[in-house]
Amino acid sequence: MTIGEASGLLATGECSSEELVRSLAATIRRLDKRIDAYVDLDEEYALSQARAADRARREGARGALLGVPLAVKDILNVEGQACTCCSRILQGYRSPYDATAIARLRAGGAIFLGRTNMDEFAMGSSTENSAFKVTKNPADTSRVPGGSSGGSAAAVAGDEAIAALGTDTGGSIRQPASFCGCVGLKPSYGRVSRYGLTAYASSLDQVGPLAKNVRDCAILLNAMAGLDPRDSTTVDAPVPDYAAGLGDGRLNGLVLGMPREYFTGGVDAGVLEKVNAAARICEGLGAAIEEVSLPHTGYVVATYYIIATAEASANLARFDGVRYGQRAKGGKDPIEMYLATRDEGFGTEVKRRIILGTYVLSSGYYDAYYLKAQKVRTLIRRDFENAFRRCHALLSPVAPSPAFRIGENSGDPLKMYMGDILTIPANLSGICGMSVPCGKTSGNLPVGLQILGPSMKEEIILKVGHAYENAGNA
Amino acid sequence: MGNSKMSGTNEIDVGYVARLARIRLSDSEIRELQPQLEKIVGYVRKVAELDVSGVEPTAHGIPMQNVMRGDVPAPGISNDQAMGNAPARSEGQFLVPRIVE
Repeated sequence: MTIGEASGLLATGECSSEELVRSLAATIRRLDKRIDAYVDLDEEYALSQARAADRARREGARGALLGVPLAVKDILNVEGQACTCCSRILQGYRSPYDATAIARLRAGGAIFLGRTNMDEFAMGSSTENSAFKVTKNPADTSRVPGGSSGGSAAAVAGDEAIAALGTDTGGSIRQPASFCGCVGLKPSYGRVSRYGLTAYASSLDQVGPLAKNVRDCAILLNAMAGLDPRDSTTVDAPVPDYAAGLGDGRLNGLVLGMPREYFTGGVDAGVLEKVNAAARICEGLGAAIEEVSLPHTGYVVATYYIIATAEASANLARFDGVRYGQRAKGGKDPIEMYLATRDEGFGTEVKRRIILGTYVLSSGYYDAYYLKAQKVRTLIRRDFENAFRRCHALLSPVAPSPAFRIGENSGDPLKMYMGDILTIPANLSGICGMSVPCGKTSGNLPVGLQILGPSMKEEIILKVGHAYENAGNA
Repeated sequence: MGNSKMSGTNEIDVGYVARLARIRLSDSEIRELQPQLEKIVGYVRKVAELDVSGVEPTAHGIPMQNVMRGDVPAPGISNDQAMGNAPARSEGQFLVPRIVE
């Protein structure tokens, strides 16, 4: 069921929001034993929200999200709910406030039924770094759902959620959407408020939707986007009606670029086949296809793992056992308390990234690593500016491979990092990007088509995605 | 204010840096992380290959500076709400191990 379908049933009165929530909760209890997408389910809370939505509807309230239950990645604060970021260090924490993205969805009548599994503190590309459990890909339960929003992607693709929220710092919405076979959108940096989002890398993080079709993503984006005085990195620009602007399914007049560096031998042949086929379909819908070059692609992984880890080392300094979360016992002074709390509370990947980030910022290394990476970031941003002078949007694979097996990459951190090469650039340059399902490999594994657009031009990538989806080949 | 130091080896003293980051590591953890981090540092050094003379750093995805708002007080959460997740508290304050004798 999509948001559109749920909304329709609620509007005609064929079912109530309370019935919808009960039914979805039962589905989750039945299916999640196999998939492990959820880390928290609050049915009583969701039912009280549902009854309130039903009451509001009887009194004349309307809206695409009124009474619709959503799944939320365990990194966004929802008042009164747990928020662990799938880390031991935040076990027991209950949010005293709503994230802005949550508050805006709540104002539209959305219901928060459950919280989804993720890589700890959003650090990972497989959801294997969760402190609690590993989520399975519904397409093949011996394989990962991708990460870090793996729980959200698996829930949507596996029909355990109508739609979900995720976050994307280096690909963490788009890659799991591609691996699991659903739609996932990373808004432009500054489009959606990060207030109430537990920060990983403050210049890269964005909150975004995962859903079963492009229209549902547009609906969710509409509800969340816009200037927020509580997040001074949000852009003061009007929010177009993304759902109304999806277009008539034709792409005449649009120029779509295919960056040659994203179609090299490093990408799985089965993936390339599906993405190239999708590009031909877009051509059939009236778009002009051009080859472009993003020459600094080879440096994006190095640049990202310097900048993101540096920012993370600062952002995760707050987890010290003083004000919230777990506190280690027996520390005779605060320093000992911090040392022990953070040792016990953080998983290995988180420790790895904090240490790397601390190192690149430390005295003697700052200029060589962090400052240098900031300058390379400018070159990467310019690559996109140049490409967007000739093209309205870009088409590419989302990841070099389809979903890999659980455990396959977890022994080699650097190999895992290299898998992010096609998604990282959008975060570094602040542009928007979406993954739309474009078929399956011969092994029946989902493949995503990545559509990248200029900053603050989500309407373009939504239009392309919507047209492609409705060409009957998604 | 560092001087640009990128020596020949992928030198990173994991135990030392972990202490800077206030994370205690066991000897076995250090033994596991040291080669992994050396390899990662060795990889990210490739940013040094590029000529970035005259290139401004990008700290931020979009060009924005000095976003200001009026200095107008507004209600926040209560002391009780703010203390709600405290591991230890006393008289509306967070309780921590003694800092100074």
